Amino acid sequence: MFLIAILAAVVASFLGRRKAQAIGRASGGGGDPRSRMPALPGHYGAFLALCTGGPAFVMACIWPTISDTFVMRAVLASPVAKTLPAAEIDREAIIGEARGLADGTIEAAFNPASYELVKPITAAIQHFNLIGFILTLVLVLAGFAAGYLCIRRDFRARDRVETIVMVCLMAASLVALVTTFGIVASLLFETSLFFRQVPVTEFLFGTHWSPTTDIVPGQTNGFGAVPLFWGTVFIGAIIAMIIAIPIGVLTAIYLTQYARPTVRKWLKPTLEVLAGIPTVVYGYFAALTLGPAVREFALMLGMENPTSESALSAGLVMGVMIIPLISSMSDDSIAAVPASMRDGALALGATKSETVRKVLVPAALPGIVGGILLAVSRAIGETMIVVMAAGMAANLSANPFASVTTVTTQIVQLLTGDQEFDSAKTLSAFALGLVLFIVTLILNVIALSIVKRYREAYE
Amino acid sequence: MVALDMTTDTVPGDAAVAQHKMTTRNVNVYYGAKQAIKDVSIDIDMDNVTAFIGPSGCGKSTFLRTLNRMNDTVASARVTGEITLDGEDIYASSMDVVQLRARVGMVFQKPNPFPKSIYDNIAYGPRIHGLATSKADLDVIVESSLRRAGLWDEVKDRLRDSGTALSGGQQQRLCIGRAIAVEPEVILMDEPCSALDPIATAKIEELIHALRGRYAIVIVTHNMQQAARVSQRTAFFHLGDLVEYGVTTDIFTNPREERTKDYITGRYG
Repeated sequence: MFLIAILAAVVASFLGRRKAQAIGRASGGGGDPRSRMPALPGHYGAFLALCTGGPAFVMACIWPTISDTFVMRAVLASPVAKTLPAAEIDREAIIGEARGLADGTIEAAFNPASYELVKPITAAIQHFNLIGFILTLVLVLAGFAAGYLCIRRDFRARDRVETIVMVCLMAASLVALVTTFGIVASLLFETSLFFRQVPVTEFLFGTHWSPTTDIVPGQTNGFGAVPLFWGTVFIGAIIAMIIAIPIGVLTAIYLTQYARPTVRKWLKPTLEVLAGIPTVVYGYFAALTLGPAVREFALMLGMENPTSESALSAGLVMGVMIIPLISSMSDDSIAAVPASMRDGALALGATKSETVRKVLVPAALPGIVGGILLAVSRAIGETMIVVMAAGMAANLSANPFASVTTVTTQIVQLLTGDQEFDSAKTLSAFALGLVLFIVTLILNVIALSIVKRYREAYE
Repeated sequence: MVALDMTTDTVPGDAAVAQHKMTTRNVNVYYGAKQAIKDVSIDIDMDNVTAFIGPSGCGKSTFLRTLNRMNDTVASARVTGEITLDGEDIYASSMDVVQLRARVGMVFQKPNPFPKSIYDNIAYGPRIHGLATSKADLDVIVESSLRRAGLWDEVKDRLRDSGTALSGGQQQRLCIGRAIAVEPEVILMDEPCSALDPIATAKIEELIHALRGRYAIVIVTHNMQQAARVSQRTAFFHLGDLVEYGVTTDIFTNPREERTKDYITGRYG
């Protein structure tokens, strides 16, 4: 089907061009601009190709999905299907096997009833493939005819092609948008199911987190997410930022102001490589190296029974992970401060560090702050490091050596393994996800608006 | 033009070095392999406004920037020859660049106020150099600098407003005030009016007249009328060469060199 669409488009492009040239010649040729056709022959060709191939191509894309439904319906309607078990799960298993046999993807079936179905399925598939083929041909011919008739002396193919191209581009950009809306909608739906069982106030303000499947209405049920929120903020926005902000900003200052070009040429890509390390790898480092080290340190400080799954080790590693993000955002905003500003300070006899401290950093501050907010939103959404290093215990503790848990860790906990999808325990993961989504969304919007306003200020 | 008779002996080549505020001898500037300035020798005096003129790319701004070592910020730039300030070699290793730039201030082509208040813009230099010991001292410096820059009456009621909110001409005067606040001895101006409208330009030119004598002023301009209006000495640069240097009226009415004459009469530029 794709082949037909493409071949037809190629032929149509040729024919469209021919016709346009013929019309062009007939109307007296190119001398006088007013008698010229409003577009080049190539545009007419492209227009006709799109008319012919476009609908057929779309058809070829969606037909397999549609035909599947038809095939299924046809098979169920066939006399053989009457003997199938009534339970939907069993029936589908048999039909699935039969399909496999028909396609040749499996050689033998587990259920003998499958063999019976092979014949009707093969027949149905062939039947609907034929229908699809004919539909494509019809679309090709109809498209070609409509397009061919459109090509006349005064038809503005150039504009028409532009419009079609624009529509295609718009459709492409809508894919991401629509997907996002879909994700948000599913989150919202599951969350609303959750809040039907557990009150919002308990979830947002309760301090006890130990989700269970058995819900006692009217009581608190261990769905208080405050320890989770605190753990997330403590690791991602406090400990990680204490590490990442100073180091990131100082790195950026060094790279933009002090480093020689050769140093910068090596150091900047190296830092960016750091941003590309999978977070699982950071997780190993946090869990295997830093965790025990932090535990030793806590022992040295005289704490009893310190854990190796501490907030500190997860936060430190997350801070290291965030450094490249902050340093590259700060780097950009410091570099965006006009050179004239720096020259102005230097020409007054300011030293390099005075220039940096009193002029460059203040001028670049909005950009740096924007970068930090983006980094925070990245850190609180980060999953792997905390899953591996931060532990599961939902403690409400400001002790960096204690084990705390985060929103993302709990989501992973709640959704891994076999879970019933209608219990409050599982559904609470969606509520947590929604909170996380809203918070990071707000952070990103604020950060981007700050960065944007800052950019405008210097343009 | 009163000053002419007193200063005719300061044309390059004669007179003792000590009399000049700044001297340059056989200065060459290279950007990488490209030579931007070729063997330039010029003397700059306290009493005169010195103008550098010449077509775009002739090296006049480059040369200006060697006078307070602003070319140090360009990694590929290399300077040879001798430049002195009060007889001291400014490229000697004993010269503190920070001190040098405090003594030789600079105003740039595009007004570049810091994104701070008007007050803080002026106070920036005095603060980093420790010129004021108290808030009251600083207030005095800010007011006198703004007065000398001819901006006080326009901004005295809004010293806390951002310097970047001023008009282009006001911003440029703010930058001049900022340079003055450090009490420099020489002020270098790199096409200070090229981004301004004629009225703002006239104000800056008045200001240059008023500041003359108190500071040695060097101005780069591509506007020949401006050079004729504000300066007493003019240097004409072309393709990195100093073609001619002398009393402004002589340069404009009676140039010795053919190239100067061609440029001034508008044959090229």
